Amino acid sequence: MDVDPKSLTWAEKLAMMLENSQGQAKSLGLALESATRVGAVLRLPWQETLVGNPATRVLHGGVITTLIDSACGYSLMSYFESLPDIATLDLRIDYLQPAEPDRDVFAGAEVYKVTSSIAFLRATAFQTEGDPIANAVATFMLGANAPKYNARQG
Amino acid sequence: MTTTIVDAVKAARESGDYQSVLDSIPYMKFLGLVVEPDADGPICRMPGSDHIIGNPVLPAIHGGVVGALLESTAIMHIMWSHESLHVPKIINLTVEYLRSARVVDTYAQAIITKQGRRIANMRVEAWQADRAKPVAAAHAHFLLPRAED
Repeated sequence: MDVDPKSLTWAEKLAMMLENSQGQAKSLGLALESATRVGAVLRLPWQETLVGNPATRVLHGGVITTLIDSACGYSLMSYFESLPDIATLDLRIDYLQPAEPDRDVFAGAEVYKVTSSIAFLRATAFQTEGDPIANAVATFMLGANAPKYNARQG
Repeated sequence: MTTTIVDAVKAARESGDYQSVLDSIPYMKFLGLVVEPDADGPICRMPGSDHIIGNPVLPAIHGGVVGALLESTAIMHIMWSHESLHVPKIINLTVEYLRSARVVDTYAQAIITKQGRRIANMRVEAWQADRAKPVAAAHAHFLLPRAED
């Protein structure tokens, strides 16, 4: 189906971007559930290959880390309605309870403070809304790959 | 039910080869991690590949995958250090991203900062070509399974 890109909302463009992404987001099958000016929600479909403990079939914590980091990135794109030049500075996660096998995991992130160079986010991963499996705070640098000050002056 | 991983850890303690332990953990195998033995504890190597990319423009490894490498290395260290026959449970993790991680081989090694009866406090560092220039570092707490578990 041909879609005129101009007719798409920013959230629809972001969803399409994630759907067409390569790399780890594609390997994990991440999908955008929603995106607003405050934040975004991503979905991680269940995959046996993502298990971290074969005895319990609980997902590896690193998968939750990647899901949350991605949700933060998409929240910033959603907040700025652009593709900001960002880099993760710091990510802190509490793993509140193991993810239940055979079920999708969602992560919602919220941009709660933006300064000229730093963005502050909080994020939650859950399988059932209101019953978080992980809670996180993250800081991102904005303009991470901007030219050096001197170069810009020149 | 837990036979496979416990047997793998027991066999690794005899042979000193922890690759089979790692390979029995699906997500670590999915990332292609390779265990390189070292006197101070296993060094985990993550080969650079397209499927671990997060930022295709730079390009750089996904920040979450760098976190996963750090966590996996801490888990392997705890099992190597004879503290657990089971996969320890992560309680929390703080990752500091120090440099952009290029899509090349990335290494990580952990140390146990503080070992309690139930909790292990870990510090992990990841680097690429130059160990003196780490790309990321993490602090993490793990819950050790009880002996009878």
